[in-house]
Amino acid sequence: MEKFITHTGTAAPLRRSNVDTDQIIPAEYLKRITRHGFEDGLFGAWRKDSDFVLNQPAYQGVSILIAGPDFGTGSSREHAVWALQDFGFKVVLSSRFADIFRGNSGKGGLLTGLVDQADIELLWAAVEANPALEVTVDLDKREVRAGDLTATFEVDDYVRWRLMEGLDDIGITMKHGDVIAEFEVKRPAFMPTTA
Amino acid sequence: MAKTLAEKVWEAHVVRRAAGEPDLLYIDLHLVHEVTSPQAFDGLRATGRAVRRPELTLATEDHNVPTIDILKPIADPISKAQVDALRANCAEFGVPIYSLGNVEQGIVHVVGPQLGLTQPGMTVVCGDSHTSTHGAFGALAFGIGTSEVEHVLATQTLPLKPFKTMAINVDGELPVGVTAKDVTLAVIAKIGTGGGQGYVLEYKGSAIRALSMEGRMTVCNMSIEAGARAGMIAPDETTFEYLKGRDRAPAGAMWDEAVAYWATLPSDADAKYDAEVFIDASTLSPFVTWGTNPGQGLPLTANVPSPADAVDETDRVAIENALEYMGLTAGMPLRDIKVDTVFVGSCTNGRIEDLRAVAEVLKGRKVASGMRMLVVPGSVRVKHQAEAEGLDVIVKDSGAEWREAGCSMCLAMNPDKLAPGERSASTSNRNFEGRQGPGGRTHLVSPAVAAATAIKGHLAAPADL
Ligand code: SF4
Repeated sequence: MEKFITHTGTAAPLRRSNVDTDQIIPAEYLKRITRHGFEDGLFGAWRKDSDFVLNQPAYQGVSILIAGPDFGTGSSREHAVWALQDFGFKVVLSSRFADIFRGNSGKGGLLTGLVDQADIELLWAAVEANPALEVTVDLDKREVRAGDLTATFEVDDYVRWRLMEGLDDIGITMKHGDVIAEFEVKRPAFMPTTA
Repeated sequence: MAKTLAEKVWEAHVVRRAAGEPDLLYIDLHLVHEVTSPQAFDGLRATGRAVRRPELTLATEDHNVPTIDILKPIADPISKAQVDALRANCAEFGVPIYSLGNVEQGIVHVVGPQLGLTQPGMTVVCGDSHTSTHGAFGALAFGIGTSEVEHVLATQTLPLKPFKTMAINVDGELPVGVTAKDVTLAVIAKIGTGGGQGYVLEYKGSAIRALSMEGRMTVCNMSIEAGARAGMIAPDETTFEYLKGRDRAPAGAMWDEAVAYWATLPSDADAKYDAEVFIDASTLSPFVTWGTNPGQGLPLTANVPSPADAVDETDRVAIENALEYMGLTAGMPLRDIKVDTVFVGSCTNGRIEDLRAVAEVLKGRKVASGMRMLVVPGSVRVKHQAEAEGLDVIVKDSGAEWREAGCSMCLAMNPDKLAPGERSASTSNRNFEGRQGPGGRTHLVSPAVAAATAIKGHLAAPADL
């Protein structure tokens, strides 16, 4: 995983609340067995509409998504994170994320910054006024900067550390293999097995 | 210190705790299916890692399998690729699997409990958000993403941050005709689709204790639709009774040891929750959704809401969008909504008790003309039991279709779909736009309401017949 310290790019405003993972990546795309190439399914239903923000010429090449509250609700599909990343997004900002989506994002290396709705509104207005506006997401300082606007965002300490170090979860856990083995010895014998 | 059920189960599974880091939690049971696992196994292969405890892992084929002609090769090439990948991965990594045609095959959340694999005090995970179902046994059970699936396969653990706890107290007696599904839809309408975020919900109170295990599973299943990570119900005699004698439940001296432990799990009387909700069971009635998220629900006797009733601008837009997508007019009685498809099944309501409730309503009646009704048992075992009880005959005599086990129209990854503009009454758990097929419109209902609706041709409860 690449280290994430700061990221600068352009941003797209997604003025919708309760964007569930079925909207982010419809179920029909989940049948694939590969890990990449999900960009074509991102916001599949909405992308058929030429007015949809990501279809507008002004928002091509964006890497930051500024979303409404309750982003990523619904099914736990991690493909939602992959689709956003495959499309080119490095960061999603929202005033509220669904837990599982947020967890999946941290692991996949997609930064989800929790920003006050008031600041989201300001950011929306700023990038709508000027879609080419450079937006910087500074994970070190937990800040979003766009023109003369500066907003802070919240991110879990541990997720932040991992993103900044570019660390893979499983590798971290496997270092504790001996502790896991000790725990296993003490598990009650009445617990079931599947074999 | 007094602890809640969730906290007790959590504490019993902490493998490693370090300041500033998530707890490393041991996972007792890892359920796997064809949709969220291929990339996880791919990851293991790429890094040369093995499955640490294949005997704590179980795979089943459910999400996109066909519900007719199951012994023929799967026609859809992508479904076939996923199912084939699961079979190959399980063979390569030594994971037990229940494939199509096996008597234990079925929806992963139906299979675990019916085998007795889901037990109180366990941690259960699956790459599917409705893993919360297993919380009905007093297990801490939650959905995980594909990279977490890979993590559990490789280490049998997960790094997790503690959840907050919310008690949902449902006291009093449910009126006749009001079911577990109505309880859960009412809870979600009350706290909202984001209301449970960050919480493990614990359902308590006399109305919950009076529910069967099937009903409890329905309630816990839908916890995720309130945004919660998990739902739990304290184990009691009903739980023990359900488990006793099941294939994978402990037996003999082990049974006594297990029950003694399970009995320590219920929340201490003075345990504190981070939040509490109170619902008077006697005020509940059959509940249906009118919109495009499970929180947009109302009693069947109500009218479709109007954007003018919205509490704020976001809500107003949400109602407006939902009415447009659903093709509904504000103010019309919910009972006047005409339905062309009824789906009975899913991990929410695809168990034997649900099929009995449906058959009871269908018995001696015919579904409305032009109505398509699919009855899809949650597992092969459920199907066999229903057939032994003659429920399949009642279903078929009414004009409905009797299918093989699987997720089916719950998420429409197999050929069971709504066409654009079609409208269903569905016993599943999600009414999102396009969930049951692009452009399809879904009303979430209980099995009894589903059956009554099939007969009347519009949203209806058995009392309307
Ligand atoms: S029945 Fe529906 S909700 Fe349940 S596991 Fe299958 S797809 Fe998921």
